[in-house]
Amino acid sequence: MKKIETKLYDDFLELFRINPKAFSHGNSNFVKQQRELSRQNFEANGFPSNKNENWRKTDLSKALNNNYIIDYQEIERGKETKSLFECEIIDFDTKLFTILNGWWASNTDLTSNSQGVIISSMRKAQLDFPEIFDKYYGKVAKEENGLISLNCAFYTDGYFIYIPDNVEFTQTIQIVNLIESQSKLFSNTRNLVVMGRNSKLKLVHCDDSLSRVDSVVNSVTEIIVGDGANLDFYKLQNKDEHSTVLTSNFIEQGANSQTNSNTITLNGGLIRNHIDVKLAGKGGNANVFGLYLVDKTQFVDNHIFVDHAMPNCTSRQLFKGIADDNAKAVFSGHILVRQDAQKTEAYQNNNNIQLTDTAGIFTHPFLEIFADDVKCSHGATVGQLDNDALFYMMQRGICERTAKMLLMFSFTQQVIEHIQLSKLRERIVHLVTRRLKGELASCENCALSCENPNSVMTFEIDMEKV
Amino acid sequence: MDKGEDQLLKDVTQNEYKYGFTSNIDTDFIAKGLNEDVVRLISAKKKEPEFLLEYRLKAFRKWKTMEFKEWAHLKIPKIDYQEIIYFAAPKNTKNLESLDEVDPELLATFDKLGISLQEQKILSGVAVDAVIDSVSVKTTFSETLSKFGIIFCSFSEAVQNHPDLIRKYLGSVVPIADNYFAALNSAVFSDGSFCYIPKGVRCPVELSTYFRINAANTGQFERTLIIADEGAYVSYLEGCTAPQRDENQLHAAIVEIVAHKDAEVKYSTVQNWYPGNKDGKGGIYNFVTKRGLCEGNNSKISWTQVETGSAITWKYPSCILKGDNSVGEFYSVAVTNNHQQADTGSKMIHLGKNTKSTIISKGISGGKSHNSYRGLVRINKNAINARNFSQCDSLLLGDRCGAHTYPYIETNNSTAIVEHEATTSKISDDQLFYCKQRGIAAEKAIGLIINGYAKEVLNKLPMEFAVEAQKLLAISLEGSVG
Amino acid sequence: MLEIKNLHVSIQGKEILKGLNLKIGFGEVHAIMGPNGTGKSTLANVITGRDLYDITEGEIIYKGKNLLAMPIEDRAREGIFLSFQYPVEIPGVSITNFMRASLDEIRQYKGLPPMAAGEFLKYFNEKKNLVEMTANLAKRSVNEGFSGGEKKKNEIFQMAMLNPDLAILDETDSGLDIDALRIVAQGVNKLKRADNSTIVITHYQRLLDYIVPDFVHVLYDGIIMKTGGKELALELEEKGYDWIKDQGKA
Repeated sequence: MKKIETKLYDDFLELFRINPKAFSHGNSNFVKQQRELSRQNFEANGFPSNKNENWRKTDLSKALNNNYIIDYQEIERGKETKSLFECEIIDFDTKLFTILNGWWASNTDLTSNSQGVIISSMRKAQLDFPEIFDKYYGKVAKEENGLISLNCAFYTDGYFIYIPDNVEFTQTIQIVNLIESQSKLFSNTRNLVVMGRNSKLKLVHCDDSLSRVDSVVNSVTEIIVGDGANLDFYKLQNKDEHSTVLTSNFIEQGANSQTNSNTITLNGGLIRNHIDVKLAGKGGNANVFGLYLVDKTQFVDNHIFVDHAMPNCTSRQLFKGIADDNAKAVFSGHILVRQDAQKTEAYQNNNNIQLTDTAGIFTHPFLEIFADDVKCSHGATVGQLDNDALFYMMQRGICERTAKMLLMFSFTQQVIEHIQLSKLRERIVHLVTRRLKGELASCENCALSCENPNSVMTFEIDMEKV
Repeated sequence: MDKGEDQLLKDVTQNEYKYGFTSNIDTDFIAKGLNEDVVRLISAKKKEPEFLLEYRLKAFRKWKTMEFKEWAHLKIPKIDYQEIIYFAAPKNTKNLESLDEVDPELLATFDKLGISLQEQKILSGVAVDAVIDSVSVKTTFSETLSKFGIIFCSFSEAVQNHPDLIRKYLGSVVPIADNYFAALNSAVFSDGSFCYIPKGVRCPVELSTYFRINAANTGQFERTLIIADEGAYVSYLEGCTAPQRDENQLHAAIVEIVAHKDAEVKYSTVQNWYPGNKDGKGGIYNFVTKRGLCEGNNSKISWTQVETGSAITWKYPSCILKGDNSVGEFYSVAVTNNHQQADTGSKMIHLGKNTKSTIISKGISGGKSHNSYRGLVRINKNAINARNFSQCDSLLLGDRCGAHTYPYIETNNSTAIVEHEATTSKISDDQLFYCKQRGIAAEKAIGLIINGYAKEVLNKLPMEFAVEAQKLLAISLEGSVG
Repeated sequence: MLEIKNLHVSIQGKEILKGLNLKIGFGEVHAIMGPNGTGKSTLANVITGRDLYDITEGEIIYKGKNLLAMPIEDRAREGIFLSFQYPVEIPGVSITNFMRASLDEIRQYKGLPPMAAGEFLKYFNEKKNLVEMTANLAKRSVNEGFSGGEKKKNEIFQMAMLNPDLAILDETDSGLDIDALRIVAQGVNKLKRADNSTIVITHYQRLLDYIVPDFVHVLYDGIIMKTGGKELALELEEKGYDWIKDQGKA
């Protein structure tokens, strides 16, 4: 693996030499051991350079060559974050927890639920529930690049969720990962979600910035979905151009389980979402959807790997995106159908609209198939708005600008319609509409502080409300 | 499919590679191994001008600094480049006045392959350059063609007779250091075909090169250069076979095409190098760099390939669409069976305005083989209104083979429209049942379905080739279903 | 209302309209007939402003204004409506939102305030009934997954919503069964006012049984070859277009 030459690499290792317990103090022995192995991996692999095939269009060197503070001082719990995070979704009934600068910030944990549900910090969970934690921690994350090793070695904290067998957690869990810092910050957060057999979970993960300083969030999330379990997972990324967000998500699904993951990227500086889904039991079903709207000099890379390891599984990937100004969008979708994973159905689609000559679209839709009784297809397109549709609308008197926006909105609909939580969907429709009008990017203080959340687009009429 | 049918298919299909014979031709070898002296020796044997020796040496020095990049989905055993003989030629081939002087064994070899070098017997409308091991043995029709101002001869002859053209165009499309095998070829290439179609001339016959590896332990490194001047048109065919041997043999060729303004070049290949036996022993390693440059406005280069042979295929016929309104096409059927591996596809680089490209790739894999499509479509900043359509389909015949698709799409222009589609399928029981219900035997039905599957590509081949290719497809896949 | 003078139009160097003249008065219904590929749809596209064509000569005057100088949407706002031969599908945009946007912009152009939501809905339902559209129309995306008949009905519904001064029906009868044809034609007839005009482009007489034209023009080889009353359509039906060709040669 080719490394990026950066001071940050030395900084992390140096910090470890000076203070080996900076990150691991108070950890369980099990976690300490894991950290040490990962540290060695990071030392060997470093930050991945774009000389590596999986990073060929994604150059981290500029984002990493910056004077970040590596903050390992635990923050105080109970900091009132609800008020910081002004733009929660209206009437969205969620159980909200906050991660601030890489640390669990909420005052409360959920550890004594009558159903046995646990929602807590990683630090606490590894001490309080080792029998669950040790069984699953580190089991599905693959340290396939140095970023993941870095995280595993040097993470501060993150969230831990456990849903026991046959439990349906009806309320949506919302995790807000905030950055609020006066100095440039590099944070590593690590999350673990364990779902028992036939359990159900709705999880919304929001990445947000409260202060406009350069920051890197490097997160690793492991999700184990038990047999017959059902996960609805949303990632909403609405950062600013100072932010680098590097997420690595590993989902392992048991037999007859179902996951929907939706990654909605509305704003950010450099965003890389690595989503790795392993269908490890028969009859599993994974939907991996995503939407990205990038402009100015933003960069987004969705790197998807779906591993059909067992027969009779189905997967669908749909990623759609619009690139404006000098923005660049990368999509790498990889379907692997292993030998004997017969009766697989795997589909993959990536559609892009490129609005300017200075924007760039790079799409790599891969299929790798080792079984014959399968239905697999992929499609990728890069193009512009449909001229026929544009003419049709203008013939109905709609001005070009509105017509284009309507078409862009309609382009995004195919992804948005898969969002099952209606309040969240409404909210995202609203954000996307504002985004397409160019409003969101200009918000000064908080990317989500909407001056008037009730305002609607002129063309938007909810017939139910009339 | 039921078991009985399975067995039936297997029985029918232990078909041997029918071009696997060896000919007893008196051959001139140089010692195995590769160093600067070998490069000089090859150049000297061919009495080459100084500039060409320099070119070779530069390439050789470059090659020594390079390493093979293993990005393709291939398992390539380590090749010992010092164990290969870099020059082998049938003796007594120079200055032939008439066909009578050709070694009768050699003539017989080509007759056996169905390629007649005697012009009266030749398929009407095809001129042939026959290349055996490292050298061109006979080019038919040269004189007739020269009346049109068309130059069609072996590469070596072109070096002697048209050094200016060689100097101008050699390496202009595939630079010396383009890739590991291109550098190797540039250092040690032996012979190949050269073709120049002058301004405004439509070549009246199909030009064809027939490549044959005969000698053992030799590598074949041919070099083809085709230049279509303004408004010219030529259709070019390439066929290849090799004897059945237990050792692997290396074939690393380069084909360069330049199409000037309003010119059109159609290049068709039926690649049937020895694929190795059913246990994966022997076979040709086929590492080929083929690239066309649409230099002028409104020019067009079209690649059509039927790939059934070779133990390993590594080739990506490409087009650089530099001229405005230029067109690039790639039509491919790649069949792999037993232990064959193929990693093939195309690159379409759009530089000019209104450039258009089409990629149609059909991969068919059986046995324990691996068949990958790998391709790049790049739309550069100034390529206004560029269009690409790619379709890459895979057909799997069995549950121990692999079919892979690795497309790369890169657009840097807002007026570009690029579409890529791919599907994977197998021959369904319903299709087979339907055929059988209509009285068609299973093995016939499979051949039928496969030919139907590949039809879009086969239709692009010149008539004589299309028939051969159809037969070849059916034969290559026999025994693959089960 | 509309006057076309010596219109020459070509596409990619090929001349399609070769000096076409046509005059349409207020309140008139004109049928334009002719075999395939003679430029009927080209004419509709040029009037509405599709930019695929080169207009090499001639002019079009609409309500006293130079139509060719106007952008597409202004032509629409000035009351020109095209019922498309092949209405495009716009996934994700509901008909309600689409019509709301359209109506608002046209009203704004005319200096009218946007319609209140309730009023819009009432108006929407009223027009929906005119073409016997099903109730769930409002929620569906524009033309997405519509059958041929539904698409054409949707065109006439939009025509009813926008109430144009000059409606151009491009092959509105193609792909319609007899019931759908009746509904569509009745819709068009109900929208007829004393001061609005209609151009019906078709190559069958069938539609003209329902929408009775004042004038019938035969477009052939890029010009209006023959003009007559509604009886011309019947004559064409009987004698075929070859008859016109022969006349042209004579």
